[in-house]
Amino acid sequence: MKGSALLLLGAAALALFALSVILPWADLAAVFRQDSGLGWAIVRELRLPRAALALVYGATLGASGAAIQALFANPLASPDLTGTTSGAALGAVVTAYLLAFTSPLALALGAVAGALIALLLLLALAGPRAETATLLLAGLAISAMAGALTTLALALAPSPFAFYDAYEWLMGSLVDRSLAQAAFAAVPGLAVIALLARLRGPLDSLTLGEEVAQSFGHDIGRLRLSIVCLTAVGVGACVAICGAIGFVGLVAPIFARRLTGGRPGGAILPAALIGGALLLAADLATRLAPLGRTLPIGVVTALLGAPFFLWLVLHMRWRLGR
Amino acid sequence: MTVLLDARGLALAGRLRPTDLCAAGPGLICLVGPNGSGKTSLLHALAGIGNPRGDVRIAGEDPRRLPPPARKRRLAYLPSSRDIAWPMTVRDVVALGSADGSEEAIDALGLGDLAGRRMDRLSTGERSRALIARALAQNSTLLLLDEPTANLDPAWQIRLMDRLRQAAESSLVVAALHDLDLAARHADRLIVMEGGGIAADGAPAKLLGGPEIRRVFGVERGADGGWTLVSPSARPRSSP
Repeated sequence: MKGSALLLLGAAALALFALSVILPWADLAAVFRQDSGLGWAIVRELRLPRAALALVYGATLGASGAAIQALFANPLASPDLTGTTSGAALGAVVTAYLLAFTSPLALALGAVAGALIALLLLLALAGPRAETATLLLAGLAISAMAGALTTLALALAPSPFAFYDAYEWLMGSLVDRSLAQAAFAAVPGLAVIALLARLRGPLDSLTLGEEVAQSFGHDIGRLRLSIVCLTAVGVGACVAICGAIGFVGLVAPIFARRLTGGRPGGAILPAALIGGALLLAADLATRLAPLGRTLPIGVVTALLGAPFFLWLVLHMRWRLGR
Repeated sequence: MTVLLDARGLALAGRLRPTDLCAAGPGLICLVGPNGSGKTSLLHALAGIGNPRGDVRIAGEDPRRLPPPARKRRLAYLPSSRDIAWPMTVRDVVALGSADGSEEAIDALGLGDLAGRRMDRLSTGERSRALIARALAQNSTLLLLDEPTANLDPAWQIRLMDRLRQAAESSLVVAALHDLDLAARHADRLIVMEGGGIAADGAPAKLLGGPEIRRVFGVERGADGGWTLVSPSARPRSSP
């Protein structure tokens, strides 16, 4: 827990003051020497929103992933693999390009609605405590459907520029967002993390099975609904601002449970810290890539996350002895 | 003085007919009955699992109105499933019952050396003991156990029943068992379930020699003292 907090602070300092393609540390230091007001403006207007978004989005994905995994009793459940992220993306695209509401609030509401529909559909398709195969198949189906509908919505969009705009946004980006936009993701994101962390007790007792959790006096139906709604709100708000970013919600909880001795509910807060640190690190990686330009962060998390996912699948196969 | 358990008209749709169960003070009640006779359903209804109808009072309180921490001290429930969703350590699993009572429960079930081990690295019997320890750690007024002796070797079955007798000095223990002799030897009171309701309720010695066991299970004492089948036509009825 302390380690992940330190990692997070270190990554945040790097993100604010160092590591930039356009303005490396030495140049930023020079700007500070000439005009400290300009230096702070660069940090405040350009780097702070980006770092804050990375932290909040990563933390929301981490906490949501940990809560969804605990609820489904499955380490492969996560916002992206369950179709929540793609549902949110679809919701935002439909709101922006078909209904032509482009205010941040409308986008966020659209994304939250999309995420909520995707999660409810998943519950209906896969059942509350899903087998891995069922869960992944249902998540795949929902993701595929949301992806196809997103493409359709873009194809029907009134302006051809919309397509390029949306494409760039869909790949996930933290660049060029204002502090106000960052707040739009951060306020719901942090609230959702705090509320999810309050459910750690019931989620831990769910380890013993639904019957025991019920005998402890936990209302499982209400718990399920709370987690689905909270996750939809958190992920939806972040997707509306930064687009779809994958794998953080899958990876962070897995590391977090190592810290908590496997306790799924207790892993929510550590998963938030690790998720924030991971996305911040991924954002730093986008700036360091030797391509002369910044990579879309969604691509970086997918490139790093996919091999981890493969490792996880193999590891599970070994453990099951097949 | 308030009675320890007072359950009236307990019912679960399709599984348990309206049933009354009262116990004035602590003790060990064993539930026996053929597969599908309603043992688990009665335990569920007592534990408030699956929206049972009827009224339950434990030491005068309705457990369904209690918040989780208070409710955990009133009742503990051990399901028949020994599965666990996440590979937590034995110590953490037992602490899910209660942090206070966990050390004693870990010792009582011989888990001292395994306390730091992950549940998926244990044998089925060891896992069972860890889950039983979780229920015992709650030190609850009412202890509901579904087949606690399943997967345990004979020595641990005896040790567990002794520990349950000890718990039964201050709590009411209700345990569903399949071993009629084990139940009869340790229980203060035997309840025979049949078709989703109570078929017989009384002292173990009296019931085991009576006609109910023969009728409900279709078994009787053989010449060698073991149980033998009565006849193929005397089949037990299952749940409604």
